[in-house]
Amino acid sequence: MTAVTITETGRGRRSDSFLSVQDLHVSFQTEDGVVKAVDGLSFEVEKGTTLGIVGESGSGKSVTNLTILGLHSSEQAEIRGEIWFEDQELVGASRGALERLRGNRIAMIFQDPLTALSPFHTVGRQIGEVYRKHKGASRREARDRAVEMLERVGIPNAKVRVDDYPHHFSGGMRQRVMIAMALVCDPALVIADEPTTALDVTVQAQILDLLKDLQDQMGTSIILITHDLGVVAQTAHNVLVMYAGRAAERGTVREVLGAPRHPYTWGLLSSAPRLGSSVDVPLKPVRGTPPSLLNPPSGCRFHPRCDYRNQVGPDLCSTELPELSPERGHGDACYLTLTQKQEIFTQLMEGR
Amino acid sequence: MLRFLTRRGLGAAFILLIVAAVTFFLFFAVPGDPARLACGKVCPPETLVQARHNLGLDQPIFVQFVEWVSGIFVGRDYEELGHCPAPCLGYSFVNREPVFGTIVDRLPVTLSLTVGAAIIFLLFGVGTGIIAALNQGKALDKVASVSSLIGASVQIYFVGTLAMYFLVFQWQIIERPRYVPITEDPIGWAYGLLLPWIVLAIIFTANYTRMTRSTMVEQLSEDYVRTARAKGMSARTVVLRFALRGTLTPIATIFGIDLATLIGGAIITETTFSLQGIGRLSIQSVNNDDLPMLMATVLLAAAAIVVFNVIVDALYAVIDPRVRLS
Repeated sequence: MTAVTITETGRGRRSDSFLSVQDLHVSFQTEDGVVKAVDGLSFEVEKGTTLGIVGESGSGKSVTNLTILGLHSSEQAEIRGEIWFEDQELVGASRGALERLRGNRIAMIFQDPLTALSPFHTVGRQIGEVYRKHKGASRREARDRAVEMLERVGIPNAKVRVDDYPHHFSGGMRQRVMIAMALVCDPALVIADEPTTALDVTVQAQILDLLKDLQDQMGTSIILITHDLGVVAQTAHNVLVMYAGRAAERGTVREVLGAPRHPYTWGLLSSAPRLGSSVDVPLKPVRGTPPSLLNPPSGCRFHPRCDYRNQVGPDLCSTELPELSPERGHGDACYLTLTQKQEIFTQLMEGR
Repeated sequence: MLRFLTRRGLGAAFILLIVAAVTFFLFFAVPGDPARLACGKVCPPETLVQARHNLGLDQPIFVQFVEWVSGIFVGRDYEELGHCPAPCLGYSFVNREPVFGTIVDRLPVTLSLTVGAAIIFLLFGVGTGIIAALNQGKALDKVASVSSLIGASVQIYFVGTLAMYFLVFQWQIIERPRYVPITEDPIGWAYGLLLPWIVLAIIFTANYTRMTRSTMVEQLSEDYVRTARAKGMSARTVVLRFALRGTLTPIATIFGIDLATLIGGAIITETTFSLQGIGRLSIQSVNNDDLPMLMATVLLAAAAIVVFNVIVDALYAVIDPRVRLS
């Protein structure tokens, strides 16, 4: 298992990683001002691994991934930084180059398959047209391929169902259709944006298993966006915790979920229910509210909600913006010392 | 589908019967005596009685109505004019011609006017609506909104009269509009109706531009449109195959109503350009107290609305597979 590594910002291409996002900034001009949705984010994904990106709503998870696909229009969004995928830089790539990449080398699975699939076209057509566009297949071949994909994602009676519309399918089956559509061109990278949020738990497990199986078979890399730590623990190799458009913590699943170092990650973990813990111990939400991205807090974005900022020393948290450290391996953006972090986390866990 | 058609067909027949009855009884409620008009300027009482009898107006109103309705299905026999085969809409009070024949004569004019104009305003309106939606907030969008606002505000008797005055009489760019049957001379047909088509299109396009623009803007932010882009579909495909599809339903709705209204008689347009279509016929029949003619034009207008409503409802199911006909 390889760790997610972070390069120093703006140093150009690292050849050993498969997807590398470097010092990415995405901001939107709105009537109220500039929203900094992503603010200096760097991360990498290795081939054949799954990176789980977690964080609360508005932390910039989805914006980051839509940026990878170039789905923000240049008129609305200002994008700085670099995204390297295979040997291509994507932030400055032409529309045509991005179109050839989307659905072909990089595919996306969206959260709600009911709204994300076109209600006007049969699933066979929606799957097939991706194949036709990117592989130059004929109508017939595309249809056969669609049937094959539907079978692969476990839709019974695929030969018949290929001519059905999305509203003829149940929620879980629709998400399978979505996955079939994403995988039809054997993409190297699949971005799954909360693929199981709209589904019930049993279906959720099936879908995650399916993604895992397909990864094992095809060697696909996956970016899994979620706010469900259970899903991350189950599926991901590496984790990136995002807060207010920045990375708060990054490492392998074992590192980040087993020995977390950032106060925000602690907050996430103590707000999640556990099967083993006593029902009498109340869940502890992260106090305060998510920060405004129009006018983010100075210094560490998390400091207004952080219980430990006094242990760091005067004003450091509210003035200086922490970077992830160390640069490679298990890193976090917090000024507490490693010993402090370990002590606090041990105490926290004893309390549960 | 068959159940849908049966149900809607029965509903339509009922609505038409109501419309016919209301019109029929209203005709007698308003002042005016067709018999006196038929009788002429100098009208001795016995001739008036005879005229009233000839027109069938000496019967009770209810009996007249029943006879009129049954005439449509089984035909009618007249003392002086003989048998009128089904569908018999009676004889005009004014010239004693069969009403059905007059309608059949006039309908092609109105149909030609409607179809030509409809093609122009549909294509042009939806086209500019798409362009405006894609250029939201930019100059092109503003040009489209302002011009559609102007188009929606002006009236046919204003634009039509101006167009007639300048294009036809003043500058003589185009000849005075006239109707030539398409079967005789297709080019002459199109040329003769070009000006009315354009004027009608100016008035109607605005609605389509605005409707297309607003729905398209909504559709473009739909998740499934984003999915289409995320799978690498070209911008053109995304707009034409995906976003436009969701825009078609409201367009079909107003298009159906507009077509039906125009077929029922583009009264002002036909009057402005002196075209002998259904619209003028209906106005003339009102002025002449010509009950059978009036009933026929009202029935035609109502039938057009009802029929196009059914067509539009059926179209919904074609456009959007989630819609079920029942």
